[in-house]
Amino acid sequence: MTDSSTVIQLDKVSFSYGNNHVLTNVSLSVTAGDFVGVIGPNGGGKTTLLRLILGVLSPVTGTVALLGGSPEKTRIRAGYVPQETSSNKLFPISVWDVVLMGKMGTRGFFHSYTKQDRQQVAAMLEELNIHPLKDKSIGDLSGGQRQKVLLARALVSDPQILFLDEPTASIDTKGQDELYEYLLHKNKAGTTVLLVTHNVGAVSAYIKSIACVNREVFFHPDGVLDEVTITKAYGCPVDIIAHGLPHRVYHRH
Amino acid sequence: MFDFLHFDFMRTALLSGVLVSVACGVVGSLVVVNRLSALSGGIAHAAYGGLGLAVFLRWPPLLGAVLFSLAASGVMGYVNQRNKERSDTVIGVVWAAGMAFGILMIDVSKGYYVDMMSYLFGSILAVPWSSVVFMTILDIIIIVTVVLLFKEFVGISYDEEFSLISGVPVKILYYILVVLIALSVVLLIRVVGLILVIALFTIPASIAEMFTKNLKRIMVIASALGIVFTISGLMLSYFLDITSGATIILTAVSAYGLALLGKKLKLL
Repeated sequence: MTDSSTVIQLDKVSFSYGNNHVLTNVSLSVTAGDFVGVIGPNGGGKTTLLRLILGVLSPVTGTVALLGGSPEKTRIRAGYVPQETSSNKLFPISVWDVVLMGKMGTRGFFHSYTKQDRQQVAAMLEELNIHPLKDKSIGDLSGGQRQKVLLARALVSDPQILFLDEPTASIDTKGQDELYEYLLHKNKAGTTVLLVTHNVGAVSAYIKSIACVNREVFFHPDGVLDEVTITKAYGCPVDIIAHGLPHRVYHRH
Repeated sequence: MFDFLHFDFMRTALLSGVLVSVACGVVGSLVVVNRLSALSGGIAHAAYGGLGLAVFLRWPPLLGAVLFSLAASGVMGYVNQRNKERSDTVIGVVWAAGMAFGILMIDVSKGYYVDMMSYLFGSILAVPWSSVVFMTILDIIIIVTVVLLFKEFVGISYDEEFSLISGVPVKILYYILVVLIALSVVLLIRVVGLILVIALFTIPASIAEMFTKNLKRIMVIASALGIVFTISGLMLSYFLDITSGATIILTAVSAYGLALLGKKLKLL
């Protein structure tokens, strides 16, 4: 079942590294305008799922479609905020040049960035209140500032769908709420958002649907989880009522 | 004082010093930010196998070096792409295999004397004019490639996955990068020798990185530093009558030590 409003379509997708089966028989359909929280235990395959959807990895079996086509062709219309890595922090590059990288896909080989690219970068930095940091080296920023820079890079190409992999790993609670509020605002303006997180409670107030990932994927379009699914996804019962709106996560018993 | 400039070989030596420094500054910066110095060392030592084969077949030695360093960069680039955890081992194997093959090839090439020491430790004073022409051409290829593909090189160096998603052919660019490294290695063999190649790749760029966090500027500063090191090292070796390649490297190493010390003192 694929219609024009389906932005992500996975059909019986399996993936393994050698004998290590990371994901088995995953079928998933996400419609335009959704705000999906991808949750699950560490090592459960959340990042692998994201890489499959973006075509960075190819499934062993099954098919993946992104924005109605093969990810290799369509991912240029997607924005991606990767997980923080140590190499990203040490690299000698300025905030400005990182965000400008977001326009790389729109310019072909041998073409340098245009004046319009620079204007869009400046506007994006203004929008996220990080314009004063533009000449700073990426290594001199706080975790929260760096996360905003990576968000700006993903958004400067005006993507139809935005992927974020554990974006709040290195920011404080206030920064997290600020980020989620901003994502909600982008979502309301029409951008589909897919957010990978291990912190179920913190995102429950913002997301519309939930995908639980632990070798299999359980999708809940209404954003409501029951205890059985959570237990299945995590392998053991977990306390998901951390904060936020617990009643959206749990059915009333 | 500048009497030595009357010698033809000295002028050629200075010119080749400048030419390799530019290649080193540009490619070395990419080597440093991509953490590819072990891979560069592997390419350099594998080139020895090519030198040996060329001696055996009576080819021009640098032709053998070019072929072997390109082949080695292809193999190591492939492994580095496919399996990053393995690449360290494969680099070690290619490194040693190239050297061993070269030594055996020279063993069986009896009756033909070539001073292999000059390839191991460089012989900047013996660079023929034809090599200067060859160096100039390689320099132009390296600079034009890096200028044209600069934003892509920055992209894959900083964030490979994001670049891939942005539609950059990451694999092809990665191979172009290792080929550039291989060509630069061949340039350097004449000047400082294949054992000392890594030093001129990494030291100028590492010092430059202490002063700026902009890759373009790092490349320019590294090239300038390379020129300073090769020329001052060359003059030192001329006046003290000591081996030029080793003197150039020790000049660079001293500067690196001073730069590290300066950085530390500023922090205190």
